[in-house]
Amino acid sequence: MLTQNSAPDNAYDEFIKGVWRENPVFVQVLGMCPTLAVTNSAMNALVMGLATFFVLTGSSALVSSVKDWIPKQVRISCYVIIIATFVTVIDYTLLALVPKIHKELGAFIPLIVVNCIILGRQEAFASKNTVYLSVLDAMGSSIGFLFALLALGGLREILGVGALFGVNLFGEHYEPWVIMVLPPGGFLVLGLILLFFNWFKARKPEKSLNPALETPHG
Amino acid sequence: MEKQKQKLIVQAAPYLSHGITAPKAMLDIIYALIPVALLSVWFFGISSLWVIISATLGGVLVEWLFNRERADNPLKDGSAILTGLLLGLTLPAGLPLWMAFLGGVVAIGLGKTVWGGLGNNLFNPALLGRAFLLGNFPIAMTTWPAPIGDAGIFSVYPSTFTWPFMQVATDSVSGATPLNLMKFQHQFTDVGSLFIGNVSGSYGETSALLLLVIGGVLILRRSIDWRIPAALLGSVFVLSLIFFMVDSRLYPNPFFMLFSGGLMFAAVFMATDPVTSPLTPKGAWIFGIGMGAITVLIRLFGGLPEGVMYAVLLMNATVPLIDKISQPRAFGHGLKKDGQ
Repeated sequence: MLTQNSAPDNAYDEFIKGVWRENPVFVQVLGMCPTLAVTNSAMNALVMGLATFFVLTGSSALVSSVKDWIPKQVRISCYVIIIATFVTVIDYTLLALVPKIHKELGAFIPLIVVNCIILGRQEAFASKNTVYLSVLDAMGSSIGFLFALLALGGLREILGVGALFGVNLFGEHYEPWVIMVLPPGGFLVLGLILLFFNWFKARKPEKSLNPALETPHG
Repeated sequence: MEKQKQKLIVQAAPYLSHGITAPKAMLDIIYALIPVALLSVWFFGISSLWVIISATLGGVLVEWLFNRERADNPLKDGSAILTGLLLGLTLPAGLPLWMAFLGGVVAIGLGKTVWGGLGNNLFNPALLGRAFLLGNFPIAMTTWPAPIGDAGIFSVYPSTFTWPFMQVATDSVSGATPLNLMKFQHQFTDVGSLFIGNVSGSYGETSALLLLVIGGVLILRRSIDWRIPAALLGSVFVLSLIFFMVDSRLYPNPFFMLFSGGLMFAAVFMATDPVTSPLTPKGAWIFGIGMGAITVLIRLFGGLPEGVMYAVLLMNATVPLIDKISQPRAFGHGLKKDGQ
């Protein structure tokens, strides 16, 4: 998946693989820290997903455009500095625009720097491909991440509070599932979704072998 | 294919079987639970029967759902029914039925089937279901209704039939459990009424006398390992006796500790689950004493009035380790040689 990416018909594929076939959370099981920590409400999940979208797309674009000038030996630290730049931008942007959510997300906004989905895309894709393909790849991965966060956050908020994006769904007599907005709920819902994904994959005969995942785990 | 009658059976040892299969062992415990269930109906009315039935239904439904394509359907071994019964007996009598049902679903679904079915689960399924319910619905799960008294067996607590996913609308008459009284109001219930069981609490945990008798029968029938309840109850007694002797006004009487809460029920039915308890005799002692120590610590110093459930679940997690360190020496192996 890393070579012969120059053909234009691969562009759509690079985009869509991150959304579904190689979904960073549900298939690669990467980026568990924000996935479990900030999905206690759909709004937090949405903001986290958008912040990651901005950081991943921005740093993929920048890394792929300057990749020829980065010495091999110090590439990881260069990527981290580029990622950290975008994280700082989004950190202050969120603080200015949505201070309440920024406060709820707390340390998890600066922690986007160490989200292994982002560093993984730089190392595995952006450092070897054109800007166009890297941006598509980054957008695919971050939309996949956003989708996963929204699925978790939505489910946890619906069950745990009886609301979605703060809108009450079941009336005032709904009995909230307290555990769902607590940390165990994150593990439970993630585990159940992964269970569902594996069940789904096991039912459908595999069309092609899943390519070995080359992103670093963390 | 026609079954061929074999004249010569070629197989490895062992050749003698004691005839106890998994379904038979399950049935033994189920029979033992019936008097407990009947007594709970006597104390708390028909509501308790509804709660037990819906918890069992939830468990059986999930068991069927997960295993419907398997040839050897594990529904037949009765373990889902047993888990449902055990779970139902640890719930408060006035619990809405949908919560009990959900507890059964979680107990079997997350406590057993996702681990690979009977024999593969690390944690006691019934207690896992209960822990899930307690975390999810802390208010409903700690609203212990007072025994019905004169209202008659067929009176139903108003909270029993609550719409699914809805809150309990009316306030039921709740009584604090003896452990709650001890923890939050420093008021000790008379040990005698604890022993007979006419106090607030979940069904299974009320009558220490009945549970002791049933436990004794099960031990005599060798359905449960006597070491686990002995170690659990003994360590609770000894530890609380030490605290009682240090300061008898601050810490409760050791008999109170033994007969209150879910300790008896856990000692007889929960801790002795053959899947989630150690295999070796030495391991059983370590397991029981560990549970007793955690129980006393949670009850006397923790934030919760009752800690038996968490004690059992925590020690369940250590069972593979306990099994590893308590391996008996195989004959002829591992002897220490002189001078080494």
